[in-house]
Amino acid sequence: MSGMAPGADQAIPPAETAEVELYHPHSWLTKYVFSQDAKVIGIQYSLTAIAIGMVALVLSWLMRLQLGFPGTFSFIDANTYYQFITMHGMIMVVYLLTALFLGGFGNYLIPLMVGARDMVFPYVNMLSYWIYLLAVLVLVASFFVPGGPTGAGWTLYPPQAILSGTPGQEWGIILMLLSLALFIIGFTMGGLNYAVTVLQARARGMTLMRMPLTVWGIFTATVMALLAFPALFVGAVMMLFDRLLGTSFFMPTLVEMGQQLRYGGGSPILFQHLFWFFGHPEVYIVALPAFGIVSDLISTHARRNIFGYRMMVWAIVIIGALSFVVWAHHMYVSGMHPYFGFFFATTTLIIAIPTAIKVYNWVLTLWRGNIHLTLPMLFALAFIVTFVNGGLTGLFLGNVVVDVPLSDTMFVVAHFHMVMGVAPILVIFGGIYHWYPKITGRMMNEAMGQFHFWVTFLGAYAIFFPMHYLGLLGIPRRYHELGEMSFVPASAHDLNAFISIVALVVGFAQLVFLFNLAWSLRHGRLAGGNPWNATTLEWQTPETPPGHGNWGKELPVVYRWAYDYSVPGAEQDYLPQNHPGPARGTAGTAA
Amino acid sequence: MIVTLLFMLVLAAVAGWWLLKHGLGSRPWLETDPAGPLPGPEPSLLPEAKLGLGVFLTVAAALLAMLVSSYLMRMDMEDWRPLPWPRLLWFNTGVLVLSSVALHGAVAAARREEMAGLRRGLLAGGAGAAVFLVGQLLAWRQLSAAGYRLSTNPADAFFYLVTAVHGLHVLGGLVALGRTVARLPDGRVTQRLRLSVELCATYWHFLLLAWLVLFALLAFSPSFLWLYEICTAPLR
Ligand code: HEM
Ligand SMILES: [Cu+2]
Repeated sequence: MSGMAPGADQAIPPAETAEVELYHPHSWLTKYVFSQDAKVIGIQYSLTAIAIGMVALVLSWLMRLQLGFPGTFSFIDANTYYQFITMHGMIMVVYLLTALFLGGFGNYLIPLMVGARDMVFPYVNMLSYWIYLLAVLVLVASFFVPGGPTGAGWTLYPPQAILSGTPGQEWGIILMLLSLALFIIGFTMGGLNYAVTVLQARARGMTLMRMPLTVWGIFTATVMALLAFPALFVGAVMMLFDRLLGTSFFMPTLVEMGQQLRYGGGSPILFQHLFWFFGHPEVYIVALPAFGIVSDLISTHARRNIFGYRMMVWAIVIIGALSFVVWAHHMYVSGMHPYFGFFFATTTLIIAIPTAIKVYNWVLTLWRGNIHLTLPMLFALAFIVTFVNGGLTGLFLGNVVVDVPLSDTMFVVAHFHMVMGVAPILVIFGGIYHWYPKITGRMMNEAMGQFHFWVTFLGAYAIFFPMHYLGLLGIPRRYHELGEMSFVPASAHDLNAFISIVALVVGFAQLVFLFNLAWSLRHGRLAGGNPWNATTLEWQTPETPPGHGNWGKELPVVYRWAYDYSVPGAEQDYLPQNHPGPARGTAGTAA
Repeated sequence: MIVTLLFMLVLAAVAGWWLLKHGLGSRPWLETDPAGPLPGPEPSLLPEAKLGLGVFLTVAAALLAMLVSSYLMRMDMEDWRPLPWPRLLWFNTGVLVLSSVALHGAVAAARREEMAGLRRGLLAGGAGAAVFLVGQLLAWRQLSAAGYRLSTNPADAFFYLVTAVHGLHVLGGLVALGRTVARLPDGRVTQRLRLSVELCATYWHFLLLAWLVLFALLAFSPSFLWLYEICTAPLR
């Protein structure tokens, strides 16, 4: 290499790592429990997230039982229903999706995919997991304290969140805020790792533009999360002050039961700004990793280079940046200056452009691809359909005039479940089916997987599609019971019952999935190192599952991008990223 | 939220520039590099720890921007009663400046491999920060003795919140500094020692800067409310 700055070669990670530099576990405890190996931490994150996610799933059953068969279940009253909604929403969004994508997939995949031995700060990484676990435990504890968990809605809007009419006002809300603060601290520790590892620990030859889109998605989402979570942190701390120390950051002057409260002068709107400054990017924090993973699944299982790689990267980055300037579209009903409303409606619609580009590119990648309908591919396809569906209704809701009447109806529930509930979950499943062979060395059972896929996909549609109609009828969200409302036809009640039954069935299918996870560990077909014939580095490890330090003695050297599939003249139909020759792959597809 | 937005804008500009510099325009699918494994830019020369600190400070700055934004939004309402400004805070600010200067000296000494100067710089820096914290606590005492408590007025609440957040960061810095000092008795200026001194100094400078911003905000913003109002007038 000519023209290299003096000392530049220091920056190139040496091909061999001295034994002493690697952290070595010495006992069972440090190997599997207090491990500093990103792979183990990733699995710990994933299992914890799935466990707490099961709680959220059970809560959704309970809510659906109440909505489908009101009055049948005496233990669900209005208060418990609010508590279920709140915990379900918060767990799903933060403790399941965010933790699983960034903490789970991020930890496992980043070092492997960029060709590093581990995260750059393994100790901090370990702390990150344990603090996350603590956050989850604090959250779970709130089910057992007097008064139960908070029922303020996952948005936790003050003043009601800390007033006595709201369930969980005594302890629940305190634990919730505390748990969120812990989660954010833990995540920041992990996020530092993910970001710096991608920036600093890439293998030789792994330029930014050779990184798989999975890494791009997770990386961008991490940066966004690092910047967005502080808003929630500030909001949570300030609300804790209001609740515990009697400040009035968010609490206006209030009269409760004829008594003036000690609060005065706070601004609830301020909290809404802080919350949504976090809340909207949060949507993309779970969406971008999903985008990235889906791109890789599609490319691998359709044996085709991703269409428009460069545009895909740009779209990820642009979406990440834009999503910081749209937050107030969640506050149309709170009222705002018309200029602001116009600004936020416009930015919201602009974000649809890069998003749509991504969808087109996925479809174009599939076009004339050699599509293998493997389980990961099925989930990826299902994701595209669901995401497009949810994205379209999002365009409706992005407009102030349409949003105002639909706001707080089941239409909104249908919209966000499609776009940020079901769609990312489908990608998580796809990703697990895809990488399970690398993690365990065995394939997951195909028959159980097919069952899981079809029930989940069709079931999710059966659950959420009809909700659009309910919303258009005007059926409100967050209502424990509809009661006598003249505009609600009897058929709506039947529809509700139907949705609830499907929800139970879909939930059951997830148990099959969990069983499959455990069963295949022992009985799955042996996978070999690279069962999908994929190009990315994680499939080229000398051992499967990858050993400690990932790469044996020598770090990989990267010669090409991640998408050389169906290469004419290659022995197999693909060229791994660390494959030095032959000259060119599938040139010709322009970005 | 305007401040936060501006902050994000600056970050986006930096990130955009960096990405462009690092080949976001390249065409990876055309790259044939059988021979040279190192096309294009490589990871930067910064040690990982420095980059890690940089990322962390960005997060801390985001937190700060959020606090400032909230402060400005809240300040805008009628019932805002600015609190009297304890003189002591000027003294504290001076001490923090000196502490930062001392650490700067420590870095210079470490570069020259001068053990005595290094020790002096680190200890002086640590002592300065500790004095600063004690000073802040005293300022709290003075204010609350004068009847300005957390729950009396939003202005007071913000004052306590902001100083507490900053103080906690200083405290964290002291822990890190303590660990660096604990490495001193080795008697040699190792690469690692130098790195941790540099990291401490960077963190200190950041905290100083943050404090200056907060100080200006808390002390002077009430007198410049009119300016803020003019700026946001078109949006009212
Ligand atoms: C089988 C799957 C699921 C079912 C049956 C389900 C069902 C429900 C129901 C019945 C509600 C309350 C509607 C209302 O009365 O307002 C709800 C709210 C919510 N769900 Fe789900 N859900 C599922 C999966 C998910 C997933 C994967 C996410 C992840 C993003 C999610 C996020 C939320 C959120 C954020 C809320 C709003 C909570 C609030 O209003 O405060 N859900 N869900
Ligand atoms: Cu949004």
